[in-house]
Amino acid sequence: MTEQQALYKYCLRIGDDALIQSYRLSEWCSNAPMLEEDLALTNFALDMIGRAQPVLTYAGKTEGKGRTDDDLAYRRGERDYFNHLLAELPNGDFAYTVARLFLMSTFEYFFFGELQHSADATLAAVAAKTLKEVKYHMTHAADWVVRLGDGTAESHYRIQQAVNELWMYTGELFETDEADALLEDKNIAVDMGRIRPEWKSRVTNVLTEATLATPADGYMQTGGHKGIHTEHLGHILSEMQYLQRAYPEATW
Amino acid sequence: MATDSQLDTWEVFMQSKPGANYIHAGSVHASDKKMALQNARDTYTRRGEGTSIWVVPSDAIVASNPDDSDMFFDPADDKMYRLPTFYVMPEGAKAI
Repeated sequence: MTEQQALYKYCLRIGDDALIQSYRLSEWCSNAPMLEEDLALTNFALDMIGRAQPVLTYAGKTEGKGRTDDDLAYRRGERDYFNHLLAELPNGDFAYTVARLFLMSTFEYFFFGELQHSADATLAAVAAKTLKEVKYHMTHAADWVVRLGDGTAESHYRIQQAVNELWMYTGELFETDEADALLEDKNIAVDMGRIRPEWKSRVTNVLTEATLATPADGYMQTGGHKGIHTEHLGHILSEMQYLQRAYPEATW
Repeated sequence: MATDSQLDTWEVFMQSKPGANYIHAGSVHASDKKMALQNARDTYTRRGEGTSIWVVPSDAIVASNPDDSDMFFDPADDKMYRLPTFYVMPEGAKAI
């Protein structure tokens, strides 16, 4: 693997996480429990589109085959998507969505906090801008985790169930492969070993405040880095890519 | 009218730039101060409208009663002499 190939893959991973999460949050449009939350979740979705766009554009440039951000978003099959499995899981109920957003945005907060010091100027710039957004996503989600956890018996049960079910998808967030190793040597990629304890400590603190139990680390799901996904990603792509597949080059 | 089942309402006031007056932007639903502030942020600042937000519980606002309009506001209608229009601007004063 060359540095160029590693960087291409690294960018796809970041871009795909943003794009697929954005898709899932968009599904709440007109369906959230209250209007204000509807706006909040779809706002976050737009933040994520704004993150996916420059990163996928940069991935295309790095690849050097003339592919644009749109080509990468709408013309890749699921085996060529490298997002974490956590991003593609169905929304479930509101507690499930909140728990996913909390686990993921807390990860992103520490990830982009490190990436803003990357030796790669483009990634560093995207990270610095993204950090402000994910800090808000994390705060908003953590407040909901506490509200639901320390709320009624029903809300406590639902958010605990959600955290329990999602926990096995959190190990993958910190996985590293050849691409990470190569880029870490050049001070481009984030040292995952460094952010993992920070993530764990923040997550545990919030869960404790919410009177929730932090699940024990058991079996962890894996696959996203290799393009091996749950059955849910294919359904997302079939809907998201329909127009470009049916009417290639369509513009409006 | 159906009762509002979506938490308490809060009035939102926004400042467009530092030093400017806070202007009423609308209202949001929320169960607590933090949520009210976040909901106000998400509802009213998406297009760069503001740099600072106040949220106030709607029931903390005391409003004038429409029935009192005559007593409250009509007396001001015929007091032209209260307007500063009749004063001559001092020479050289630009910022009055």
